Amino acid sequence: MDAEGRQTAASARNGWLLSAPALILLFLAASGPLLVMFVYAFLTPGEYGNVVWDFSLDGWISILFSRDIFTGELGLQDAHLTIFWRSVWLSLITTLLTFLIGFPTAWFIATRPAKSRALWLFLITIPFWTNLLIRTFAINEVIRNDGVLNSVLISLGVISDPLRIIYTDTAVLIGMSYVYLPLMVLPLFAAIDRFDMRLLEAGYDLYASRWQVLRRIILPITRPGVVAGSILVFVPSLGAYVTPRILGGGKNMMIGNFIELQFTQGRNWPLGAALSVTLLVIVMVALLFYVRASSKSTQHG
Amino acid sequence: MTKAIAVATRDIVKTFGQGAHAVNALDHVSVDIRRGEFFTLLGPSGCGKTTLLRMIAGFDVPTFGAILLDGQDITALPPNQRPVNTVFQSYALFPHLTVAENIGFGLLMQGRPKAEIRATTDRMLALVKLEAMAGRRTSQLSGGQQQRVALARALAPQPKVLLLDEPLSALDLKLRKEMQIELKRLQLETGITFVFVTHDQEEALTMSDRIGVMSAGKLQQVGPPRDIYTKPVNRFVASFIGETNFLPATHMGDALQLASGEKVAFAGAMADKNRKVTATIRPEQVRISAPGDGAMDDAIRATVANLVYFGTDTHCHMHLADGTEVVARLQSPASGDAGLATGQQVGLRFAPGALQLLED
Repeated sequence: MDAEGRQTAASARNGWLLSAPALILLFLAASGPLLVMFVYAFLTPGEYGNVVWDFSLDGWISILFSRDIFTGELGLQDAHLTIFWRSVWLSLITTLLTFLIGFPTAWFIATRPAKSRALWLFLITIPFWTNLLIRTFAINEVIRNDGVLNSVLISLGVISDPLRIIYTDTAVLIGMSYVYLPLMVLPLFAAIDRFDMRLLEAGYDLYASRWQVLRRIILPITRPGVVAGSILVFVPSLGAYVTPRILGGGKNMMIGNFIELQFTQGRNWPLGAALSVTLLVIVMVALLFYVRASSKSTQHG
Repeated sequence: MTKAIAVATRDIVKTFGQGAHAVNALDHVSVDIRRGEFFTLLGPSGCGKTTLLRMIAGFDVPTFGAILLDGQDITALPPNQRPVNTVFQSYALFPHLTVAENIGFGLLMQGRPKAEIRATTDRMLALVKLEAMAGRRTSQLSGGQQQRVALARALAPQPKVLLLDEPLSALDLKLRKEMQIELKRLQLETGITFVFVTHDQEEALTMSDRIGVMSAGKLQQVGPPRDIYTKPVNRFVASFIGETNFLPATHMGDALQLASGEKVAFAGAMADKNRKVTATIRPEQVRISAPGDGAMDDAIRATVANLVYFGTDTHCHMHLADGTEVVARLQSPASGDAGLATGQQVGLRFAPGALQLLED
């Protein structure tokens, strides 16, 4: 080995040694709780919560199936499937809504003069500095039957009976879209900010209509931002807990509430743990999709 | 020779800002651009040439005036409805598309059939010699290749007029010279009317059929390169295109009396005698005779102030008796030594017909 090679090897070794404490902490903090969850998912529920150390696959099986009390046959658990379906569906709609609202917003901010841009971005992030619970109760205050929205509409004579929004999927959608909008706007802003506005003129010059310019030029080029924003909204939406609890009224459960239920009244920690791991897997699949989509776009320049 | 007019601008005024701060970027510009010609808008930055080009493309709307394309008023048409394409200064190639997709974009937007798009794209790739690059991303190309893609993309829909907004300014000198020849070849091959914007007078002189010189939002002079160079109408055109000498003089009817006292024969008739005028003469039209050459009597006396060697040429800076500076461009002899020395007294003569009078 020549001198240069020795030096490279030494500096690499030193680098690992120096970062070892951080790496160990990171490993323990990241994988420790996950490992506990993973192990618990294969155990038997205790009578008053917690787990008994007997191996069982019931936690996993009862994600999708329920055992008939009398015959002991396995059947699809419709209630669970409904919760999964509602979670995915509401998260997808939330992602779409935040995109439809967020794209024009991000475009607006990115096309402001550099001076006022910081102010607009600050306004977008302000809700972040407020407690999620308080923000959600604020939405509740706006949309409940005798809330701000209904009072105003009734006093204006637009409607005679209050709109029943609270404790419906619509309420959950409104709440989640509001809460996660900044997560969509910020990556979109970053992508649009990099977008070369001169390409718009090139598009119009080459006979593209406004719609074609949007579809053929703007969206393909800002796609990394669109994908990043969608993932950032979809992932926390899927695991949302506070919003569906307060605005959905406990009736319209999402996965997050369902998991919580298993660790509290349900006293079925293995099922809760198995559900958590399942949620993690869904999120990982979404992230894989993101990595693939974004690497494809860098390949495309 | 009368040729049909491709683009005509009628009394175009463009005002930016309002009230007291209003600035006329274009000030009553009327020009006729003939079909099939290489027309160059030449002027310094901020003279309004790019604004005029953007109006023909449809990106800017004139405050007053009209733009005609083949005799039809297109002033109110949006850019995507004008059969006119632009080669942008920044090229503005689509980074998410391949070279071939970039070139076919205009045809695709026009809704042409796939087979036609393919055939035209192939033809354009051959025209700009980029067949091997068809599947590449534009970011993988050199500046000169990107330039060719931009040209092919703008030519593919066969526009009635091709607008070029300083397309060569981002290229290095050698590539720029190549592209000048290339552009001229493309224009001759396609027969499309080219409207070319540049601030580079050499580019304008070498490529154009006609040049429109602009300054301060006004069209100063329109004509073939030779006329622009040899018969500039005013001080701006004379000084912007090439180098020149300005000589303050008095018109004597059949001659000019220079401020230094000497008289020079001048044929151009002028009604009012004794009028103060400015004459101009190009450095290459100034002849120097050293004392001892004889015939110094009727020559203009000058003192050599500085000699600058340029290889092919030697520039001789001189002062006349009244201090007026005159530059002569002398072809360097084989030895490289022009045979002149600083401080030397010389006599000047002007080539017949080379002296021009300027409107101020």
